[in-house]
Amino acid sequence: MDTPDTTVPVYPRVLPVGESAFTVEFGARVDPALNRRVHALDALLRRQDRPGILELVPSYRALLVLYDPGRVTAPELRAQLLALAQGGDLEAPAPEGRLIELPVRYGGEAGPDLDAVAAHTGLTPEEVIRLHSRPVYTVAMLGFAPGFAYLLGLPERLSTPRLSTPRLQVAPGSVGIAGSQTGVYALNTPGGWQIIGRTDLRLFDPVADPPFRIEAGDCVRFVAHSADA
Amino acid sequence: MLEVLAAGALTTVQDRGRPGWARYGVPPSGPVDAAAFAAANRLVGNSPAAAGLEITLAGPTLRALDDCLIAVCGAAFDLWVGRLPVPGWHSVYVRAGSVIRFGALRRGARACLAVSGGIQVPLFLGSRSTYLRGGFGGKEGRALQAGDRLLLGAGALRSPIEAAGVRWPSKRRPPYCSSPTLRVVLGPQDDHLSPAAVSRLLNADYVLSPAWDRMGARLMGPPLDFRKATGIVSDGVVTGSIQVVPDGQPIIALVDRQTTGGYPKVATVIGADLPLLAQCPPGATVRLAPVGIAEAQAALLAFRGGL
Repeated sequence: MDTPDTTVPVYPRVLPVGESAFTVEFGARVDPALNRRVHALDALLRRQDRPGILELVPSYRALLVLYDPGRVTAPELRAQLLALAQGGDLEAPAPEGRLIELPVRYGGEAGPDLDAVAAHTGLTPEEVIRLHSRPVYTVAMLGFAPGFAYLLGLPERLSTPRLSTPRLQVAPGSVGIAGSQTGVYALNTPGGWQIIGRTDLRLFDPVADPPFRIEAGDCVRFVAHSADA
Repeated sequence: MLEVLAAGALTTVQDRGRPGWARYGVPPSGPVDAAAFAAANRLVGNSPAAAGLEITLAGPTLRALDDCLIAVCGAAFDLWVGRLPVPGWHSVYVRAGSVIRFGALRRGARACLAVSGGIQVPLFLGSRSTYLRGGFGGKEGRALQAGDRLLLGAGALRSPIEAAGVRWPSKRRPPYCSSPTLRVVLGPQDDHLSPAAVSRLLNADYVLSPAWDRMGARLMGPPLDFRKATGIVSDGVVTGSIQVVPDGQPIIALVDRQTTGGYPKVATVIGADLPLLAQCPPGATVRLAPVGIAEAQAALLAFRGGL
């Protein structure tokens, strides 16, 4: 039985995550407007390069701020983060992130689950490709595995549940769908997303600067290449 | 050079870790017991950035091909250099050709071995730490195997024999014990648990499950019930984050954790107490005790001062 929740959160809020981090939460939902504010605060803090801030980890609706308690006090940083999160600066129209175009071979060996997604959605494989390669997606966050990009903006029509049994190996560059999300694998990892295609662009190169081609906040568009080209 | 004659259960090359890449999904890695690792490096005269070995549950057998100093800190293993038993938390002189052999594990779970000059493997994203799931860092992104040869930095050859026999004082070691109480800062998502569940979390004895690795320590205890969703919209995780999975059991995130997670993070083990958790093997009992941020930060700064 659910106990009624008497503590309705007021957003944005800044909560401690242990003694060396705060999370700045803008809400509790997957929502492009909240995600834009996360990226705006992330960009602002990166520009300001404040003393004591060690690392910033943006995600869908929250920004994790790791800091050195030897260099900035918790109450001071918490107040600064709250003021920035509440401030008008984050409301300005977000500067468009970089647009990255990823050429994708859909279907076949590169996209073994394209037919399953088509069957689940009642579309033809060609319609799945057309719908998936139409939007400009936003990279909500990187996580799960190095360089794995979670994208916002999948057309509702393409929602498909995860594989019931995850694969032990998913090739780098694979493009997948899980529920109402779509994403791109940068490294060879296990994974349970429905793989509909693959880009041959190298998304992770340890000796490049930066080593990861895609950043949180970037925009991504998939450009369909014929699977047998 | 160090030659691996037998690898042990899980022996990996680690340095201070790989901070700064979490926004790209890369965990910090590094030693689970950062205190033992730092002490070992200090004892052999290395910079804090030097790479050494993390040794897990069953230790390796190594042959030194150069004269060098070693130190083993953290878990208490029986340890021999040649035929001579040698103590942990000491700098020990090793002549070229000698065999360093780990025997029975007496206490703890993970030892750190530092060797003068540090272990030279290529830097990967600025660090020599092994990240097993990513398959990068350390020795070819994997745990050591028999037959591996590890290059040592130039400092190894200059190690003075006089620097041997230095002991790391007990009062500067973490207060290890077999059933530690780990201090935690509550939140950020403790509101997903019922108040009774939060109280249970802070009063129960938890046993570390056999699902135990560098990613996380899974705890077994009275299941915790949720008053909100069992999932959250994924957000950032730190080392020490206590996530409660839908079956009501907590998992404490360690250094090879994922950088983001979708389970409620109900509390965080404070940095100063992570070495105590690092030395708990599967089957050990832990308890969790809440503290405020101010106390947690004072403990962290004191802990750093001791290194």
